[in-house]
Amino acid sequence: MSKICQGGRSMSKAAQMAKKKKKRLIIRTVVLLLLLAAIIFSITMKGTEKTISIGDKAPDFELVDLDGNKQRLSDYRGKGVFLNFWGSWCPPCKVEMPYMEKLSKEFSDKGVHIVTLNLKDTQLKAETFRDQYGLTFPIARDTDESVRRAYNVLPLPTTIIINKDGIIEDIIPGGMTEEAIRTSMESIQPE
Amino acid sequence: MSKIKCQCGHENPFGTVLCEQCGRPQTEEAKKSETVDMRYEGSARRSQTYKRSIIDKIWNFFSSVKIGISIIIAVLVTSAIGTLFPQKLFVPFKAEADIAAYYERLYGIVGVIYYKLNFHDMYNSWWFITLIGMLGTSIIIASVDRVVPLYKSLKQQRTKRHPSFMKRQRVYGTGKVEDADESLQKAAEKLKDLRYNVKIEDGAILAEKNRFSRWGPYVNHTGLIIFLGAILLRGIPGFYVDDSLWIREGETLEIPGAPGYYLENKAFTLENYSAEEDEEVFGKAIERAGVIAKEFRTDVALYKNAEGTVAGQTDNIELEKEYSIIVNKPLTFDGYSIFQMDYRDELKSMKFQLTDKETEDSLGEFVVDLTNPDRIYDLGDGVSVELKDYYPDYGGFENGEPISKSPAPDNPAFIFKMITPEKPDGEMSFVAIRQTLEVEENRYKANFISAETRNISGLTIRKDRTLYLLLLGGIVFMIGVIQGSYWNHRRIWIQKAEGNEMLVASHTNKNWYSLKREMNEVKDYAGLPKYVDREDTESEFDDREGDFK
Repeated sequence: MSKICQGGRSMSKAAQMAKKKKKRLIIRTVVLLLLLAAIIFSITMKGTEKTISIGDKAPDFELVDLDGNKQRLSDYRGKGVFLNFWGSWCPPCKVEMPYMEKLSKEFSDKGVHIVTLNLKDTQLKAETFRDQYGLTFPIARDTDESVRRAYNVLPLPTTIIINKDGIIEDIIPGGMTEEAIRTSMESIQPE
Repeated sequence: MSKIKCQCGHENPFGTVLCEQCGRPQTEEAKKSETVDMRYEGSARRSQTYKRSIIDKIWNFFSSVKIGISIIIAVLVTSAIGTLFPQKLFVPFKAEADIAAYYERLYGIVGVIYYKLNFHDMYNSWWFITLIGMLGTSIIIASVDRVVPLYKSLKQQRTKRHPSFMKRQRVYGTGKVEDADESLQKAAEKLKDLRYNVKIEDGAILAEKNRFSRWGPYVNHTGLIIFLGAILLRGIPGFYVDDSLWIREGETLEIPGAPGYYLENKAFTLENYSAEEDEEVFGKAIERAGVIAKEFRTDVALYKNAEGTVAGQTDNIELEKEYSIIVNKPLTFDGYSIFQMDYRDELKSMKFQLTDKETEDSLGEFVVDLTNPDRIYDLGDGVSVELKDYYPDYGGFENGEPISKSPAPDNPAFIFKMITPEKPDGEMSFVAIRQTLEVEENRYKANFISAETRNISGLTIRKDRTLYLLLLGGIVFMIGVIQGSYWNHRRIWIQKAEGNEMLVASHTNKNWYSLKREMNEVKDYAGLPKYVDREDTESEFDDREGDFK
């Protein structure tokens, strides 16, 4: 009789132990996962705080171009946008401008538009540059640099490839060849 | 894993050295030794209990003090290496390729390795953050694994300990007394006088004082964890901003790190004390330091963009406030502070005179604003000058074309078209500083008269929402240090044995000298047997637990 009792007790004790062990395992797992998450979080957050990346929604902006027209990114919805940041003093900017001019004409019927944002140049310089290169696509000056900050653009030129849904397909720091520009524009051509 | 059942009937967890209740040694080693290691009360550290699943293995890894110390050493060594060459922040380049080249050029192959291993941007490198994270993990797990069993065993300790426990204490004594009961009574009285917590049970006394000092290291670690957590929070956007902004007089720029806020530099003022006027007060200081600023100030206007506006859209910006930033008096708004840090000069405008080369007669003067030049300058009487092109930082010719090295007006050059009644088609002239080029011989010339400069103010933008959390972490840390260092956990056990025989023993985590002084007082008052200190040297460092900071 007493033996059975004892047996029963130790059984329930073993079950209790197992339960406790399981609880401990769960707690340890949760704690370790939380700490791991904290480490991964700080690695991914550090230094990349303000960058935007491929796949993000392109931050909207509104600037007035040299012709006095309002350039708002969201107005281009449904079309691809080749957004180029440039400065008149930067040599690779000068190299890619003629290609961009040529391809902007070719692609405007195909629903891909080139919009360029000038940084740090004076109005006069931006205008003479436009006339010198015979540029016909819209050029807007980002005078307070808020658009540059929104896109976290550091080197010039930098090109942002935005598809018809306003999603960033590619970010290209540095100058581009004619072929590269063509490929990029084709990639965001709406069907 | 099975529990260890002590002779007294108490069930101890696996790994226990001394019974939680009566103190009997549970391991062979403890049984053989003369004095026992009282660290963690001889309780089973959790880390030693299970070594089964992968989770338990990881847990045990971080619970080890040796691993903790190894991590600290790794952090120290890598931090030291990180100071060998300048960090990325102090490299005068922005693009990654330039930065890599910079280290290679200055430090050769070592510099290349330094760069490749991310030492140049150490605080942001994945491996350094991982190390710090592992340190945090180690602190948390090692503390939890020790504080819980320690708390339990201190809570469960019995007043009457087994003689085998008493015998193995560092301070121990036994002997006959005249009247055991009276001695016990008197000892309890005296111990209460000495502000001990006295428990009497079955002819035994447990006197205890300052148990809370045992929690010092764990409070301290909590502070460290709060501190690390606050630093972690800095990674979340909106918690921490440390940026800089160069802004010219008259310019309005978006404030970096504070989207939606714009700053206008209305004026920058720098005045120095002059040796003549302020001779009396500042004469000696000026002699020593050269230049002393009297006024170093940027007058600014802060604007806020209306909600829902997009980048670049500034039709709806509203003036928030106007302020004069001086050193130590930053502009503050919405958790941000903008400090005056630096300044530099820049050419603002250049004045020219249009002259007839032969007669040197002036046809009038005009001023070109270098950051917002006009195209046409009308000098009256049918005379005008058109600015055909402008090179703010002229750097020679390339492919027969003048080039500008940067957008800053550091070395301005102009192409003027001078239209006069005599030359209605205009004459072209390229004008740079101390250089004039003409396509054909011109009759007229734009002569440089004078230049005006302006200041660019260097500001720093700071925001730190984690500051108070860091402070809290620091305070908790210090409380832990004080708690653990200025108080000592002391325990004195006294019990009756056979007849008039008595046993005394005592333990403290540090400061044995004071413990023995108190014991002497009790002994003299109550007539207790003599005790011996079996490690009669002040070995303060032996018994500190959890000191793996």
